Amino acid sequence: MAALYEGYTLCGLAPAQNLSNSGIQGIEEERDSDHVVVTDSTRSVMLYKVSDQKPLGSWTVKQGQNLTCPAVFNSQTKEYVAVSDNKVIRIWKEEDILLDKAFKATVSSDVWRVHCVHGGEPVVLFQRGAVRLLDSLLAAPQQPINEVLAEEEAIRWSINMVAETQQFVIFTTEQKGDNFLYVQRLNPNTLQRYRLEKEEPGISPLSFSASFRDQHIRLLYLYPNGHMYQSVVSVRGPGAEEGAQALPLPRSLLLALPVSEGLLEAASALVLDEAHVAVVGVPHPSAGAGKDFLCIWNANFQTLQAGKEMAGKIYGQLWSYSNKLFIPHGKTLSVIPYECPKSSLASALGKLRQAQAEESKAPALVPSWNNILHGEKVQPSRTVDTRKTRTNRKTQSTPSLTADQVLELIKTASVEEVQKEVEGLLSRVDIQVLQPSVGQLAATLVSRSLADPAFYTPTTLAQIVHTQCLCHSVCPDLVLLALERKDYFLCQLCLQFFPDIPEAVTCACLKAFISIPDVDAEKASLDPDSISFMETLMSRECGQVGLQNGFSPTSFEGGHSEDKETTPIPPEQICPVGLHKAVLLNEVLQTAYSDTFLLPHLKDLCSQHVVLFLQYLQFLYQRCSQDSFPQMHGLRSPSLNQIMDWVCLVLDAHFTVLVMTPEAKGLLLNLHSFVKSQVRLVSELGKIEGSLQELNKMKVKKDVGQYSIEVIELF
Amino acid sequence: MGEFKVHRVRFFDYMPSAIRAMAFNSRSERLAVARADGAVEVFNFADNYFQEKVIPGQDGRAAEALCWVGQRLFSAGLNGEITEYDLENLMPRYSVAAYGGPIWTISSNSQGTLLAVGCEDGTVKIFEVLEERIQFKKNLDRQKGRIISLSWHPSSALIVAGMMDMIRIFDAETGHTTHRLLVERGVGASKSREVVVWSVAFLSDHTIISGDSAGKVQIWDGLTGTLVRAHLITKWDVLALSVSQDESSLVAGTSEGTIIQFQFISSTVGHKDKEWVRTRTFKNHLHDVRALAHTDTAVVSGGMDTQLVVRPLLDKVEKNTQESALRKIAFPHKNLVCCAKKAGLLLFQFPEHLELWRLGESDGYGKPGDSLPVKRKPEKLIELKRKGEDHICCSALSPCGGWMAYSTLSGVRLYRLQHNNNNISITKVSKLPKDLSSARQLCFSSDSSKLFASSSHSSVIVVALNQSECKYLHTLKPKSGSRQPVHLLAASDDGRWLATANTDCEIHVYSLDKLKLHCTVPVYSSCPTAIAIHPVTSSLIVVHADQQIFEYSLARKEYTEWSRKLQKQGLHSLWLERDTPVTHVTFNPRNPAHIVLHDTFMFCIIDQSLPLPEAKTLLYNQMTLRSVPESERIRHSHAFKICKNFQHLMCVSLLEDHSLVIVERPLQDIMSQLPAPVRQKKFAT
Repeated sequence: MAALYEGYTLCGLAPAQNLSNSGIQGIEEERDSDHVVVTDSTRSVMLYKVSDQKPLGSWTVKQGQNLTCPAVFNSQTKEYVAVSDNKVIRIWKEEDILLDKAFKATVSSDVWRVHCVHGGEPVVLFQRGAVRLLDSLLAAPQQPINEVLAEEEAIRWSINMVAETQQFVIFTTEQKGDNFLYVQRLNPNTLQRYRLEKEEPGISPLSFSASFRDQHIRLLYLYPNGHMYQSVVSVRGPGAEEGAQALPLPRSLLLALPVSEGLLEAASALVLDEAHVAVVGVPHPSAGAGKDFLCIWNANFQTLQAGKEMAGKIYGQLWSYSNKLFIPHGKTLSVIPYECPKSSLASALGKLRQAQAEESKAPALVPSWNNILHGEKVQPSRTVDTRKTRTNRKTQSTPSLTADQVLELIKTASVEEVQKEVEGLLSRVDIQVLQPSVGQLAATLVSRSLADPAFYTPTTLAQIVHTQCLCHSVCPDLVLLALERKDYFLCQLCLQFFPDIPEAVTCACLKAFISIPDVDAEKASLDPDSISFMETLMSRECGQVGLQNGFSPTSFEGGHSEDKETTPIPPEQICPVGLHKAVLLNEVLQTAYSDTFLLPHLKDLCSQHVVLFLQYLQFLYQRCSQDSFPQMHGLRSPSLNQIMDWVCLVLDAHFTVLVMTPEAKGLLLNLHSFVKSQVRLVSELGKIEGSLQELNKMKVKKDVGQYSIEVIELF
Repeated sequence: MGEFKVHRVRFFDYMPSAIRAMAFNSRSERLAVARADGAVEVFNFADNYFQEKVIPGQDGRAAEALCWVGQRLFSAGLNGEITEYDLENLMPRYSVAAYGGPIWTISSNSQGTLLAVGCEDGTVKIFEVLEERIQFKKNLDRQKGRIISLSWHPSSALIVAGMMDMIRIFDAETGHTTHRLLVERGVGASKSREVVVWSVAFLSDHTIISGDSAGKVQIWDGLTGTLVRAHLITKWDVLALSVSQDESSLVAGTSEGTIIQFQFISSTVGHKDKEWVRTRTFKNHLHDVRALAHTDTAVVSGGMDTQLVVRPLLDKVEKNTQESALRKIAFPHKNLVCCAKKAGLLLFQFPEHLELWRLGESDGYGKPGDSLPVKRKPEKLIELKRKGEDHICCSALSPCGGWMAYSTLSGVRLYRLQHNNNNISITKVSKLPKDLSSARQLCFSSDSSKLFASSSHSSVIVVALNQSECKYLHTLKPKSGSRQPVHLLAASDDGRWLATANTDCEIHVYSLDKLKLHCTVPVYSSCPTAIAIHPVTSSLIVVHADQQIFEYSLARKEYTEWSRKLQKQGLHSLWLERDTPVTHVTFNPRNPAHIVLHDTFMFCIIDQSLPLPEAKTLLYNQMTLRSVPESERIRHSHAFKICKNFQHLMCVSLLEDHSLVIVERPLQDIMSQLPAPVRQKKFAT
């Protein structure tokens, strides 16, 4: 599940007097993901190292001049480019101290923005819609600039992106309430113009965000009524001729965000990855009408993944660079790290067991000195402190690897090394921090194991499953891998901890378990709790009710079916399978399933296995239905209902086969009697239910009784 | 207004008796209802369905059928006697044996000269109605099997009789059978059982309608004796039929509690031939509908579930008026509970016995809405069985709790109650004055020194009481010479006045000092349902069946200023729309401006010092007043403080300690004591 971590302040803001804007014009990534250039709305540009929250440089234009476009960093030339007073392009390097002494060039038309993607060439977008590469523009600064936009058409938003080595400038305009999207391709230059479908009259999109995926530009836009639409534009679209009619742009409603009352005023939505969207300035669905929330939504499942209340006024501005959200609010610019792991339905619905929910709320305002000084966790803290992680990174950067590095390592390193590093990572880092990458870790391990028959790390995988951060849908091959490698312990763990094992896999497990020879099964080391449960159950085979009052005859300890042959016991009283096999089968019985999906897979079992399985179920049923059924203290054990359901399912799946099998006759008769007794029980319960409901009704009625003394007031 | 401690009493196990028969006199608009315990009640439909008269029952004398002849009311019962009632003295006038075994039915011809009764022995006996009595005239041809139902042809020449398995038409003159109509039995198991023709009706066009135990309503041609049409309307019995005066509509009551209406209309539009078509079904009863009356505008029904239901036919009345509302009369329009204000005692009147209870106590205090802990439970002190066959018709308890009296048709009994500590002793006062032979209404003076008993011709007998004996003092008689009985008595607290009201709507006030008539209140068209004399101002409060309230000053012999104001402004429409009469009026000793009165569904404290509600103001405004801040309440409040927290009220009274006594008899409790109905229709059964 996506998570927002504890944020930190990058710098203070000087918002306008009436708080109408945040005082920040733009934030652009600098040389790497840890450096950003922040341009304020008046005169200055600051360079920050984000993780240190430290300004590295600052440039200011002269009084009376204004920066009209956020500064960008040209990583090819290591130069900064900005525009002052709409027409003056300024270019400087980090070592330049005074901006006035740096390069200046005045162009003939007003510039809307200079864009520069990382590693790309700077592009200048003029207010009238023309686009020039910076280099070619500077070659002849006073060259005439054509007008692309119509009268009264104005740019609202623009972005520059590189898709398949093609550079694009995408911008949206507004003209008398109509909104248009322009996709300008550079080299060769083509321009596509689209008309956005109209939302309710009088409202225009509050924010845009674009991303490139699968050869398509995906434009995301948020309306004040909370509707978030996505439009997909092909990058290979035909270039439109000059003056051609704007194409209508189809859209799909991605999310309808809750807007408590009125319309959104300052809100912004940003695409984080294919599924996740960060939204700011929209009310949290469970926190009333306050709009000062930063939320991550999963657009595929329409679920809220993470939310964070931001103190102070929200300006509706939001940037994101390398898993960090930059958000101006109140009088500060905050950086909030986030994580959007590959989403599964289970995690999207919060079904995956984890302590994420309370974690994100717990404030960690006071950093621990221990952490900072010694760089290690003195006490397991569940909260994430950026200061702490930062110091962690600093002090441990040499010996230990980050999750990403470990991922890379898994692909190549030897079994021992992988085990060591993954275990190290798991023990080192708080599991809550790691949670999003656990899935990736497991998936990488599994894919390596599948590809390389020599590679298998059972303990590591078991450890990962034990974290309970994993589910089947995140790593669908894990269970089958475990089966393939006959790692029954891992199978057991998966069956225990995965909430979403498909019926086909459950059935595959069942098939595998029931067909393993007992000898093999006994070799596996399984969860001791479930073994001890099964042991008690089997030790009572001779009808001994020996555990009462704490007295247990030693001769029956660890009694297995082998040494029971001496005493004459009716056959259905003997466990038909070995201890470990029984433990594994129990796990299968306890998984969640739906009959319709399970039934077809159950039909694949061969008749011998079916009979064996039914015998085992019969044995379990008899054990469990006895009055002296041990109430295992908190141990996982199949309930009577689960056993009965499985009996019915297996019978349904194989009824004709069983009827034809002579050795199954006695079994069927026995099972029939069980079902009969269950039916009787249920019918008795049904009778009681009626009376109990009556009782319930009686209570609701306020009984005044024959006599009461009351106080009333007349007005 | 303030807080009241309320004794909420639900231990009065009053159980009304099932309705057996009814007869509607369309000329006087009075409905006579016979109940299973033998009591006969007369409702005045012209005066808000007020229960004017109650003739108390008698053991072993239940009426099976009722019949009006002009203004005279006759009944016949399974005791084999025909009884005429004295509607002035509220007692049977005489009984005549028919000598034909139990009588199932009685019917008079349209001229009102002849009465026919159907007897168990198979005879139809004709009686002549004379001035003061009835006289046997003749028997019609005797038949095999009992006569269950009878109906005269409007021409009086023919009589139709419903019997077992058949209907016969007699010539009233010769007494011979002219036609014999065989009624088909039910199908299946009931094939072996005789079918009972519970009810027949003979229309002027010689159509005969019959309702039988096989669940059929059949329409016959009386001239040819052929079956025209049979409607199967129930799986059970059709017990009662009633035809409207103009013979265009008829209703049939069944054991299922449904009433089915048939109308004589043309089945297709524009077609001239009319026929009886089943049109509507009403379901207002849980149990058998034993008796039906089809008035011009409504269907009146009654049966096992003891309620009298008036269901207006919406094609005959104006919609959304008071007239179009369904009325259920479940409780008698008179007091069966007497409260001794000073002693905190309650006297409950049953037909068979009296119960004297002491109220419980609580020493707690609580917020409004609280139930206080009951320190001492209420206690039944005395259960007094009546003597003789006649049912108790009235009773009284003196305010001090020292005297108790009841009356049956045959006599008055007076008891002296003595309380010492927790013991109570009861002694019957043996020698009563001869004049005090029977009373319709009893009342003690507030100081318990006098007993007033209403007697014949609107007179009131005054008896003086002291420690051991009682002495006849005087008989108060009005000058009007009304022959109607006094049904309401009210003595003033200061012992100076006694007010009486009779069913001629006259109200007389006597001075007890002078033992003579003080004044007569101007006669109002509606019958008084409750009267009381104000303890401070000595003005008389009268509430009428049409819900009007009057205040009459006894000192000045005129309506008071407040009363005039009330009449001038008019009562609130919602007040006038209530469908149960006010049966009791009392006063608040702490605040003379307060008048406490109640009907079945609410009690009301009228504060005479507050402005009267205007037509547009909210009448039931207690909830509003609760929600507004105290300072604003005065702006919203008006004189009528109505509390509907308590329902099915039998009595509301203010004790001397300012606590209210409210006696409830929830209708559900009555319903739960009824036998199971024949068939409860359940979904999907």
